[in-house]
Amino acid sequence: MITKQLSIFLQNKLGRFAQVASILGDAGLNMRAFTVTENADYGIVRLIVEDVERAVETLRAASFAVNLTDVVIISIPDKPGILAQYMRTLADEDIFIEYMYAFSNNSHANVVIKSNDNQRCNALLESKQAESL
Amino acid sequence: MDEAGVTPDDIQSIDDIRKLPFMQKKDLREYYPTDTFAAPIKDIARFHASSGTTGKPIVAGYTVHDLECWAEGVARCLTAYGVTREDIVQVSYGYGLFTGGLGAHDGAGKIGCAVLPTSSGNTAKQIMLMKDLGTTCLCCTPSYALFLAETIENEPDVRPEDLKLRVGVFGAEPWTEGMRHALEQKLHIRAYDIYGLTEVSGPGVGGECEFQNGTHLWEDMFYPEIIDPVTLQPVEDGKEGELVFTTLTKEGMPVIRYRTRDLTRLIRERCECGRTAVRMDKILGRSDDMLIIRGVNVFPSQVEAVIMEMPEVTGQYFITVDRVNNIDTFDIDIELKPDYYGDNLSTIERTKQQLSERLVSVLGIKPTLHIVEPGSIERSMGKAKHVNDKRKFKN
Ligand SMILES: [Zn+2]
Repeated sequence: MITKQLSIFLQNKLGRFAQVASILGDAGLNMRAFTVTENADYGIVRLIVEDVERAVETLRAASFAVNLTDVVIISIPDKPGILAQYMRTLADEDIFIEYMYAFSNNSHANVVIKSNDNQRCNALLESKQAESL
Repeated sequence: MDEAGVTPDDIQSIDDIRKLPFMQKKDLREYYPTDTFAAPIKDIARFHASSGTTGKPIVAGYTVHDLECWAEGVARCLTAYGVTREDIVQVSYGYGLFTGGLGAHDGAGKIGCAVLPTSSGNTAKQIMLMKDLGTTCLCCTPSYALFLAETIENEPDVRPEDLKLRVGVFGAEPWTEGMRHALEQKLHIRAYDIYGLTEVSGPGVGGECEFQNGTHLWEDMFYPEIIDPVTLQPVEDGKEGELVFTTLTKEGMPVIRYRTRDLTRLIRERCECGRTAVRMDKILGRSDDMLIIRGVNVFPSQVEAVIMEMPEVTGQYFITVDRVNNIDTFDIDIELKPDYYGDNLSTIERTKQQLSERLVSVLGIKPTLHIVEPGSIERSMGKAKHVNDKRKFKN
């Protein structure tokens, strides 16, 4: 499915990410997945949460720079070689992955993908998923 | 003059003005209150004084002829803005020691306008009279004009279209093109700059014309020069530097090569309006604010101008200059508008790169840019502080 990812700009200062986490925690907002990309001066936290609207509101109220980006999330069996098959499908269809991150829970792995064509990426992944069921 | 080794014989033409020493604000302070006057007090018709926040003010003395010339300067400005004796001119500059109120008053009077001397303050009454008397021309500081405009917006009984305002005469503090657009839209007027300073005369040393493309300076009364604020040498025509005035008609308190500290350039090309009086460009900044970084002159206002051009940034910035291992460091913190932080470091880096290239081409020196979180640069209610020069506290 296609969902909204939050991205939060943070300067590399001690405890800045802890602040984000506690602001969300205090508001009862659960983080589902995140990744951090950074250079020497600053970083961007990419974050998947359940209640996107409220998370954006809460973080903006605390004057964080929050932006929304469409990403594709797919849940696949957590077994060797499965991700490779899905990635092959995308490559065959000329879909570029700008970035991705994943987390596994129990028997499944959840993969967050930002591609150059999220609509097609999502359609391809979902049909592949249906096929393998 | 003796110190500079100049005698009256050395002055043959206007170019010889370069042989004369400069006058500065501190000279006028040192000779407080009237030791720089050239006319005896019995010939002085009026005093004004600067609003110096520290120490003694600067007292200016005007003879009857000085007041006439001053009114002439203001009248020329008003005429250039299209104001005639048909107009009702509301003077919302402060009346008193400040030159704004009485200066605008006398200039409008010279044309034969109906003058409404509201002075500053009591905004509700200002607006009531503006509406009921049908003020067509408003004279005040641009920041007070903005305050008036915002008050009118929140006033259910008054709409800008109910007012007869058509001309705004704004000066006494620097303002930007952005502010001009805001004032013109909010008040349904054409907004014009009027330039002047108490040490030289008052408002009306120069003003814009209907083309709003530079401030015409009344050269027959005030001889302008542009100098390099460091070497004190005249700069090439059209180059930026510090504006210096020599008064040609003043009797009470004439000044010779008075350093205004305002940085601008002179435009010699003939203006579309047909006036031959030289124009000065928008004031770029104050020479007091100049930083010398690795031998290059840098003005915070240049940084500001570049930043204001970029749609991605908020306009907030903070410059830090330091000296590390005998080399000057030059860092600028910049905030992006929240939407431009995105989800990608490379997008931010690209914005940073563009900004850096623009700054290098304008400043001639490369700053180290830091993109910081929105709202993290300290805001100030008064005059914003944009620079921390740590070098001053060393050695
Ligand atoms: Zn003109």
